[in-house]
Amino acid sequence: MAVSLGPNASSAGRRRADLLFQAVALVVLAVALGALAVLVGTVWRDGANRLDWQFLTSFPSRRAESAGIYHAIVGSLYVIALTAAMALPVGVAAATYLEEYGGRSRLARFIELNIANLAAVPSIIYGLLGLGLFVRTMAMGRSVLAGAATLALLALPVVILSTREALRTVPSSIREGSYALGATKWQTIWHQVLPMAVPGILTGLILALSRAIGETAPLITIGALTYIPFAPDSIWSAFTVLPIQIFNWVSRPQAAFKDNAAAGILVLLALLLTMNAIAIVLRDRYQRKGRP
Amino acid sequence: MSLRRGERAIEALLFLCALASVGTTAGIIVVLAVETFAFFGEVSIVEFLTGTEWTPLFATKHFGVLPLLLGTTVVSVIALVVAVPTGLLSAIYLSEYAPERVRRVVKPVLEILAGVPTVVYGYFALTFVTPLLQQWLPGLSGFNALSPGIVMGLMILPLVSSLSEDAMRAVPRGLREGAYALGATRMQTALQVVVPAAFSGITAAVILAASRAIGETMIVAIAAGQQPRFTANPFVPIETMTAYIVQVSLGDTPQGTLEYRTIFAVGMLLFLMTFALNLLSSWLRARFREEYN
Amino acid sequence: MTTDVRPLPPTLSSVVRAGTPVAETAPVKIDVRNLNFYYGQKRALDGISMAIHANRVTAFIGPSGCGKSTFLRTLNRMNDIIPGARVDGSVTIDGHDAYGSGVDVVSLRRQVGMVFQKSNPFPKSIFENVAYGLRINNLTRSKAEMAERVEESLRAAAIWDEVKDRLHESALALSGGQQQRLCIARALAIRPDILLMDEPASALDPIATQRIEELVYDLKKAYTIVIVTHNMQQAARVSDYTAFFWLGRLVEYGRTDRIFTAPAEKLTEDYVTGRCG
Repeated sequence: MAVSLGPNASSAGRRRADLLFQAVALVVLAVALGALAVLVGTVWRDGANRLDWQFLTSFPSRRAESAGIYHAIVGSLYVIALTAAMALPVGVAAATYLEEYGGRSRLARFIELNIANLAAVPSIIYGLLGLGLFVRTMAMGRSVLAGAATLALLALPVVILSTREALRTVPSSIREGSYALGATKWQTIWHQVLPMAVPGILTGLILALSRAIGETAPLITIGALTYIPFAPDSIWSAFTVLPIQIFNWVSRPQAAFKDNAAAGILVLLALLLTMNAIAIVLRDRYQRKGRP
Repeated sequence: MSLRRGERAIEALLFLCALASVGTTAGIIVVLAVETFAFFGEVSIVEFLTGTEWTPLFATKHFGVLPLLLGTTVVSVIALVVAVPTGLLSAIYLSEYAPERVRRVVKPVLEILAGVPTVVYGYFALTFVTPLLQQWLPGLSGFNALSPGIVMGLMILPLVSSLSEDAMRAVPRGLREGAYALGATRMQTALQVVVPAAFSGITAAVILAASRAIGETMIVAIAAGQQPRFTANPFVPIETMTAYIVQVSLGDTPQGTLEYRTIFAVGMLLFLMTFALNLLSSWLRARFREEYN
Repeated sequence: MTTDVRPLPPTLSSVVRAGTPVAETAPVKIDVRNLNFYYGQKRALDGISMAIHANRVTAFIGPSGCGKSTFLRTLNRMNDIIPGARVDGSVTIDGHDAYGSGVDVVSLRRQVGMVFQKSNPFPKSIFENVAYGLRINNLTRSKAEMAERVEESLRAAAIWDEVKDRLHESALALSGGQQQRLCIARALAIRPDILLMDEPASALDPIATQRIEELVYDLKKAYTIVIVTHNMQQAARVSDYTAFFWLGRLVEYGRTDRIFTAPAEKLTEDYVTGRCG
């Protein structure tokens, strides 16, 4: 039989099926990405009008048009800063142990498996843990501290996993160079390995924090308040955060409060964008140091 | 030598931090177990697991968790029905068809979809999707399982897509080349060679997505309602396990009461379900990795 | 082969036996006895014994994978950080057992410096690269002393003139040859007794290579130098002693001129004349 490279009936049919399949896949992707656009568009349509200086600087109110979100912004920033302060050192230390010391020991593998599973535990379960452990057993009450501790536990797996990735990218030649100069293991880690991993660690931290700042359920569970007429002024203050305030407004029947919720969502999304921008700037600046 | 002692102290400190993660798991189990035991001291475990009425906050109390379980299942199934086919199609497209340029744009955008706070999805479900669906389905209630289910599907789509894509890209090139050499088209190669070869990896992705759907809280708390009904009807208000925990947490149910303990009992059930799914998923993923290493 | 290395007839080679250098006045610095090295189950070094003399340059040659780098790294216990690695036999440095139970690996490495095949400057300034070893070992008392030691080391590594005006710029901006000399300066800063060099010029161009070789020649006044190289001309040019490795065994060891002109072993002769390897 001679080789024929021209189209025949069956190959044309298969080609059509292939193209059709590709078209369907593209449409599906377009719909998913389109949904994101519609989501942002809807929120913008509903909330842009409410978004003004008064809204950003006012406390909540029974009347939708004079209610603001100042307390929730301060609350969110307060909680997230404290979360970072707790999750970063513990997470980096844990990752350093697993990556640099733990090796392939059975215990290290067990800890790894445990972290992977923790990363997939629903956030509301962390809320129940925070309620039982921090709010009650450790008697922190429904405070900023209890909220941040809960979110820190939630953020920990992400910080650990991304720090390990970052440590793995540090070339072994750097470790050897340091050891060859008579550095101890910890000196090598502290002076050479961790500084080189900083961009990756920071990126992971911000990723974890931007997830934490959008968390609602665990903070509701530990009893963060939904109505609070003041901003937190210490780690023992009662508090609320942006997503809880948004949830509170969404749950009201009046349409005017729904618009407040949309405006609150815009603030939250802006905060998330800012955090990611900070991550990119930090990473760039750090990478430029020590490079040509 | 003192230098050495310092080194060892640091290692011990780092080890303690690593152990904190095990402490977290232990903490979760202990906190849930203590209150759950107290709960079952007063309510029979049989009633809890087989009862079809859930009214712990009413005067006549019933503690059958099935309505919450069914509500959770209905919403999660809807979410998976949305997310699995679309996520798989996207994954096949990204792994087998898309030029590098397209991947570089599409993947970050999908990640944004995964990074949107769930309270925002809840708002979207309640104020946009439900009214939209009501235009075609006049019988649809303002609170229902359908709309949050669809939106949740959108939320877990990136998870299904990116984990499945990873699995497909891990399939050795040789397998694909073998299929092409037999004259298969890209679609035939993708569907008949790559997807079956990546099957356990894809299954792991779907299971993880199911676990995420079961544990998702805010979308259902906002848009599905707070009426625990033993029904599979997606058009009426229902309540999920997670939404119930939120409902109780919002009220001022005093600590130590039976009502208060219900959230831990429900939480325990939720934890066990997701934990089992997570373990299954990571076991499948490990097996998949072994196949191709 | 270059013309200056002429293999002699095998009959002459048997006159000088391996391991018995003639008329050496320098004391033995490193004494290795029956050293075996394992990666897990695999034996990578098989019964190595040799005496390395102070203030001499000793070159290790052999085809890649023959164990010469592995052997070099047993001398400062760099292999300790490889999981599954195991050593038996003895390495004695100045009469002290390097693998003895009370030995502090860190202080061993402080006295046995190392330069790697691929230059590995830290992503810090030129100054900080050299100062690092001084800082972690608390070797200087003042900033002025630190600056002095850094300058001294950079001069000793013959790179001072090229970098003195940009000490606080990134080390990664230097050329490959400069980076390697910086790594030598870094190793010299903590004033080791012994300098191990693992193919230090293999990634460099001929001019940069020549500078490293000149440097090695100068440095042997103050240091015992062990250099691994796959380049036989380089071994012939820079070293006083040469050890030839093959499949994890030390085949022959002796004065460089003899190894290249009158090897005792057929294998060595085949290798240095380019007939194998």
